[in-house]
Amino acid sequence: MIRRQRWLGPAMFMPAVIYILALVGVPFVMAFLYSVSDAKVGSVSYHFVGLQNFVSILHNPAFLRALQDSFVFTITSQVLVLIGANILALSLKEAFPGRRFFRFLILLPWVAPVSIGSLGWKWILDSLYSVISWVLVRFHLVNQYDTPMWLGEPKLAMMSVILVHTWHMLPFATVILLAGLTAIPKDIPEAAAVDGAGFFRTTFQITIPMMLPIINVAVLFGAIFTFTDMTVIYILTRGGPYDTTQVIPTEAFFTGILGSDLAEGAAISIFLVPLLIIAAYIALRSAHRAEVT
Amino acid sequence: MAVVETRKLTKVFKRGNVGAVVNVDLQSREGEFLVLLGPSGSGKTTLLRMIAGLEEPTSGEILIGGKLVNDLTPRERGIAMVFQSYALYPHLSVFKNIVFPLKAQGMPKERRQKQAEWAASLLGIQHLFDRKPRELSGGERQRVALARAIVREPSLFLLDEPLSNLDAKLRASAREELEQFQKRIGTTAIYVTHDQVEAMAMGDRVVVMSQGAVRQIGTPADVYDEPADTFVATFLGSPPMNILPGPDVIVGFRPEHFLPPGVAERMGEHISFGFQISHGEYLGAERVLYGTIAGGAFDGRKAVSRIPATHAVSLPDGSLQTFAVALGDVKFFDPGTEKRTSPRSIPA
Repeated sequence: MIRRQRWLGPAMFMPAVIYILALVGVPFVMAFLYSVSDAKVGSVSYHFVGLQNFVSILHNPAFLRALQDSFVFTITSQVLVLIGANILALSLKEAFPGRRFFRFLILLPWVAPVSIGSLGWKWILDSLYSVISWVLVRFHLVNQYDTPMWLGEPKLAMMSVILVHTWHMLPFATVILLAGLTAIPKDIPEAAAVDGAGFFRTTFQITIPMMLPIINVAVLFGAIFTFTDMTVIYILTRGGPYDTTQVIPTEAFFTGILGSDLAEGAAISIFLVPLLIIAAYIALRSAHRAEVT
Repeated sequence: MAVVETRKLTKVFKRGNVGAVVNVDLQSREGEFLVLLGPSGSGKTTLLRMIAGLEEPTSGEILIGGKLVNDLTPRERGIAMVFQSYALYPHLSVFKNIVFPLKAQGMPKERRQKQAEWAASLLGIQHLFDRKPRELSGGERQRVALARAIVREPSLFLLDEPLSNLDAKLRASAREELEQFQKRIGTTAIYVTHDQVEAMAMGDRVVVMSQGAVRQIGTPADVYDEPADTFVATFLGSPPMNILPGPDVIVGFRPEHFLPPGVAERMGEHISFGFQISHGEYLGAERVLYGTIAGGAFDGRKAVSRIPATHAVSLPDGSLQTFAVALGDVKFFDPGTEKRTSPRSIPA
């Protein structure tokens, strides 16, 4: 019995270990090895160059710009997601006819492949056929012959990718916050009502503070995901115009894969890893705390 | 001032279903401790929640201090409520929990502080001000909930089974404390419980409810000694009243009035029954005997007798004895409606 157990346990968890090593560990180590080398696409040579790639990207204005934009992109979209998800979760908590249908609708952007959603947005934000511009023209808010270039002007392009990414991230955060909201015992808001608190006092002094641990989880996971995701930007702007919507993941992709400079791409992509590990650690810790209380 | 009145108050949760509360007419008196007593599902909590404004009545009227409050929100009703779970705000310190209702009122900070200290001193919890609810024991939480309720000196005090989360030992002392406390502040209180001992011990008057309807309102002595129907008779008392259905009348008497030979003779006018004892329980202060009536119109009906341990009569299991009840202790109920009727002659 005891002898059999000695190999049975390891045998049972080995697939998980292999999976993590092969699909997470190896690529991560490779990326790290590439970032301290002169590896290029199409060449098998490997020379250790130390931190030269990191020094090089820190002197590259395009990278610094992407780094800055990454923060703008992530922070702005997460703030918007946080506000939107709170409003949605609070309004979807109450029972009303058609609530299930609305909850389903909210989930759609998350369930649909992001590429399809973003393609839809590409048309909505098109320079010629934009339905938003059309509406603005009809209401005489913009000149018919000088419609906004939603994806063609630096500020508008950044705004557009942030909004589309927010649209994409909103359902996930809403679902998490809804879960947090339903976990609050019914007695608590009722006690607040009897204690004389109105809607705003109950929301801001009772409900939201009680949801804080779960809000932390939603924001940190959302932020990590946003920092590392490039889908929306890749489909809508490819980092343009003039690299004004370039973020770290797209910069790494364009440099390392399309630009063939594997080493520098790797350096760019792992530049934020320490920061993200700290964020992930905090996220997991607050997720754990949210579970206990 | 704060007399609560309900008129034909009804709550139906799902259309077509029977009501959770049906046509309840209730009137509390100034400064009274009114207990709503009933088994679970009797509608007592729903009734309380309607008075609090947390549940909308299907029909009927609620008046507080003579003013119709049906359309007022809980905050406009000037009431305070203690929940079964206490519903303390877990992220706020005890002090912040207590001043929360005052902040909602917009009371200035210094007065808040003073008021909170007053409420806390009444309950002896000033030393807990900086703690969070999760760091408190059950009894301490209950006191904080009470302090939060009285801090703004409400005109009416609603309590929903506030002792049910305490362990048995603590419950007895908390019960007494709560009762004294209410007398001291003199605020009208409506208290919901399913525990008859709590109801009897604390209530100035007890409202016995069953299936959404009020069965009887009266002082603890009223509802115990003069039950209005067989439900009240059997719900109160442990063991409950003996109910003996006869051909045209239901006869009821309390186990402690069903007494053995030697005692019965001293009672004056009384009725005797043959009592076949099946088994007895010795409970220290008293003995409880279970058995059946033998002979007469109630032959074979179950009956229970409760005898103080000081009556050291030998009453072995399986023996047939002659027990008796004083005539004044026998209650009569109508077999059709199960309501009390006037005394009749007992069928032989």
